[in-house]
Amino acid sequence: MRNVLAIANKELRAYFASPIAYIVIGFFALLYGFFFVAILRYFVGQSMQAGVMGGAQAMNVNQQLVRPLLQNVTVVILFLLPMVTMRTYSEEKRSGTIELLLTSPITDFEIVMGKFLGAMALYCAMLAVTLPHLAILFVYGHPEWKPLVTAYLGLLLFGGCFVSLGLFISSLSKNQIVAGAVTFSVFLLLWVITWIGSFIGPTGDKLTSYLSIVDHFDDFTKGIIDTTHLVYYLSFITFGLFLTAKSVDSERWRG
Amino acid sequence: MIEVQHLTKRYGGVTAVNDISFRVERGEILGFLGPNGAGKTTTMRILTGYMPATDGKAIVAGYDVFDQPIEAKRRTGYLPETPPLYPDMGVMDYLTFVAKIKGVPSADRTKRVKTIMERTRIADMANRQCGRLSKGYKQRVGLAQALIHNPAVLILDEPTAGLDPKQIIETRELIKELAAAGDHTIILSTHILPEVAQTCQRVVIIAKGHVVAIDTPNNLTARLRGSETLYLQVDTAGADASAALGRIAGVTRVSESDRHESLVGFEVQSESGRDVRRDLAKAVIANGWGLLELRPMRMSLEEIFLSLTTDETPAIAAPAGGETIDA
Repeated sequence: MRNVLAIANKELRAYFASPIAYIVIGFFALLYGFFFVAILRYFVGQSMQAGVMGGAQAMNVNQQLVRPLLQNVTVVILFLLPMVTMRTYSEEKRSGTIELLLTSPITDFEIVMGKFLGAMALYCAMLAVTLPHLAILFVYGHPEWKPLVTAYLGLLLFGGCFVSLGLFISSLSKNQIVAGAVTFSVFLLLWVITWIGSFIGPTGDKLTSYLSIVDHFDDFTKGIIDTTHLVYYLSFITFGLFLTAKSVDSERWRG
Repeated sequence: MIEVQHLTKRYGGVTAVNDISFRVERGEILGFLGPNGAGKTTTMRILTGYMPATDGKAIVAGYDVFDQPIEAKRRTGYLPETPPLYPDMGVMDYLTFVAKIKGVPSADRTKRVKTIMERTRIADMANRQCGRLSKGYKQRVGLAQALIHNPAVLILDEPTAGLDPKQIIETRELIKELAAAGDHTIILSTHILPEVAQTCQRVVIIAKGHVVAIDTPNNLTARLRGSETLYLQVDTAGADASAALGRIAGVTRVSESDRHESLVGFEVQSESGRDVRRDLAKAVIANGWGLLELRPMRMSLEEIFLSLTTDETPAIAAPAGGETIDA
């Protein structure tokens, strides 16, 4: 565990020593701020309209503001996370520092876990940017906090999947740009896979919706922790980390 | 301390290392010589647990690098060909990180990092980013990194590459010091042949994945001499000079090696164990030439190296004066 934390710490510091962390967090804050304002304005407009029309019940902040907002956040994450993970292994391989890690008395899995936790820590820093905005909602409205907690749990798991997959793809190439482009394409594919589901019939629809990384996120925003989704995300993350460890190991054999 | 038995490494169809065996005793410095692509780095990478061997066994500090990699790595320090530095990290931060993953207890870490920085003379750069260091400093931070956990075995891939002459001497001294204290066993690879003669007790010469020679630098020189060769320089010699020299009893071969106006240099080979210097001198005088130089030619490590690692036997050149040769 000490080794895992040492590597995670080194990874996190590397993000902040290079412009990556600032760019990713900065642009995330910008995009998130934009979505927040846009969705908030829409929500306020709708509320006013409902007030004038004399709607039967008050509008639900969680359902009509937070949920679409966080769904937009997942899109932003899809674009930004490849930038976080693309360098993890590629950079070490290119600069030769991988030799230091692989000849140190630590296991491949400890290295993978360290890198995973380091990237997750950066991801958490990214998500922390979203909290002040939500605090504003609490000041002026009455959102429920429980669905928010589950939604953030969902976001963490969702990001975890992308990070573990990104690590794996980064472990396959010496070239950061290649790793980034492939990661981005695979993320996108996992996103849009449901679009073809409807063409292949009801079974295909179910199958693609199960595979889609986003469809599993939806229930979390409603305040539901469904074990189906938990199992999906956790097994996705585990599998990604397993593949990464195996990929590093196979590299040794191939030389 | 290090035992390598029938080590073989194949990548796809290429055999990089083929059935290599050698031993290194405690406190010894072993030099690893070979042209590029001979399998030096591959062997070192196997010994450090970076990659597994296709066949054979490597035991480092009593642990099999394949069966007990963690234990073996704990006792091994490794400086790869390019020092494995993180360009964005400060020197001290970097060494602290390495100390952590190499298992230096947290209580000793700060002290250890300090000691090692002083020992490798990088203390003045403690807060400089690794990426901004000069090549010489990078190399020394790489060395510091390999030494940080006080390993029993040190494996150094070209430790003096890119250093200036003063730093080279300092590094060699440091390496010798480490081995002399008896608690480090060192394998180093190098292109610089005099370095091997100066720092190593034994030399392994490998070419095309095979060990072609293991011996002390002196024995290697002696063993490879074979026939005695003398260098003779005379002036005002006629065109028939080499024929005249060839008639002397015991001389097997005479070749003209250089000619400057009236000065002519000859390489004279004789039967081994037979000293023909007196007869040569007499012949020179008898012919009325001026005797300017007569000395035995020893094969330098460069020539031994070349003759062992290339197929055709190279012509014996003038005695080595150059410091480096690109092997």
